[in-house]
This record gives sequence, C-alpha cells and structure tokens, in this order.
Amino acid sequence: MKVSIQQEDFDVGVETRKFTDPKIGAIATFVGVVREVPMTLEHYPGMTQKALEKIVREAQERWQVLDCTVIHRYGPLQPMDQIVLVAVASAHRGDAFAACEFIMDYLKTQAPFWKKEQTPEGEKWVEARTSDDKAAERWRT
Amino acid sequence: MKVTVLYFASVKEQVGKAREELELPSSVTTVDALRAFLRERGGAWAETLAEKRRITAAVNQDMVKPGAPVKAGDEIAFFPPVTGG
Repeated sequence: MKVSIQQEDFDVGVETRKFTDPKIGAIATFVGVVREVPMTLEHYPGMTQKALEKIVREAQERWQVLDCTVIHRYGPLQPMDQIVLVAVASAHRGDAFAACEFIMDYLKTQAPFWKKEQTPEGEKWVEARTSDDKAAERWRT
Repeated sequence: MKVTVLYFASVKEQVGKAREELELPSSVTTVDALRAFLRERGGAWAETLAEKRRITAAVNQDMVKPGAPVKAGDEIAFFPPVTGG
C-alpha cells in the first residue's frame, strides 16, 4: 500500500508494475487531470496523508484489495497535467473497480485539498460540488 | 488552555492568517465554541466564520462535527469544503 502527496508527476505504468502479489488478477486505475484552466493545489500537510491512508483502510475492509497506490499532487498545475492517481489491485475486477471508485469518491469529500484556478478574470477558489457529496454518500448504505 | 489553530485556502486568505497559538478561556470547550470565540474578533473573522458559511473543522488532523471537544494542546483547523481529486 502506498500513499504519496507530492509535487512531482507520476507514471501510471511505473506505479502499477510495482504491484507484485501473484494473487493479483485485476488492476483498476483512475487518473484525474487538470481540465482547461491552470490551477494551484493547496493542502493540509500531515492531514492529507492521514486522511488518504484512512480512506484506503476503509476500502480494504469492504473489498479484497491486494495492493493499492494513491498519489495526489499539489502546487501549480497546468491543463492536462495529472493531479491524482488511484490504482487498486485485486484478484478480480469487481473488487478493483469498486474500491477504486470508492477511494476517489471519498477522497473528493474527505481529503483536505483545495483548488485555486487562475482564470483570465483572476484567481478563484473552486467551489465544492454537491454531486461529490452525493457520490460519497451512496457508499454509506 | 493553549491550542494551535490553523486556517487553509479561502479561510486563510480572508482572515489573513495561516496559524496561531491561542490561550482559550475555560468556557471554550468545543469546536463550535472556538469558532464563536474567533467570530468575536469582528470584521473578516465574523464574516468568514459566520454560522451560515460552510466551514469544515479538523481536530488533530481528523475531520470533526461542530460539537467535538477541544482539549489543551490540540491542533484545530478551519477550512472550506475540500475540492481535491
């Protein structure tokens, strides 16, 4: 299991090749990318790591997760830059897909990151979306 | 009692502070009471931490509900709803 908060970019292939458990039969990956507008990502050092580790532990309790890597970047980012990677390895695809989506949904509402966009009209903090709250909420039932 | 209070993102910009060490009166025993205590500073503090504003609090790096207790030595953070991912 790996959780990393970093400024540097990542390589999905390099990260998933680090999964070596022979019981692995499926790897689901999600990559979040900067859409259209340059931005700066602020975070709460220490808490981000802790929050993401907690989310991964919760996923492990719900599904068979043989290995997992979460990388979230911070600092200045340009359109098309990669922001976040969630890679989940399981024996079968069902667990890998579900755990990957769960981790992303929880990350969106529980991990202390904030995006500030550099728009032509000036800097603007991105507003939280209620659709993200709803996405996280549906896993509670 | 002494606590450390941190502010992030738009909250940090609006109150003009990222971090402070505070000596709290004994009446301040919850996160909500601390928020009300900070509002008493008036100006940007009253506005940013107004009850109608959606602000999240964390105690010792765990998100908490408004009624969560505050103890000596705690690290308490106030921030807007998160927007990572």
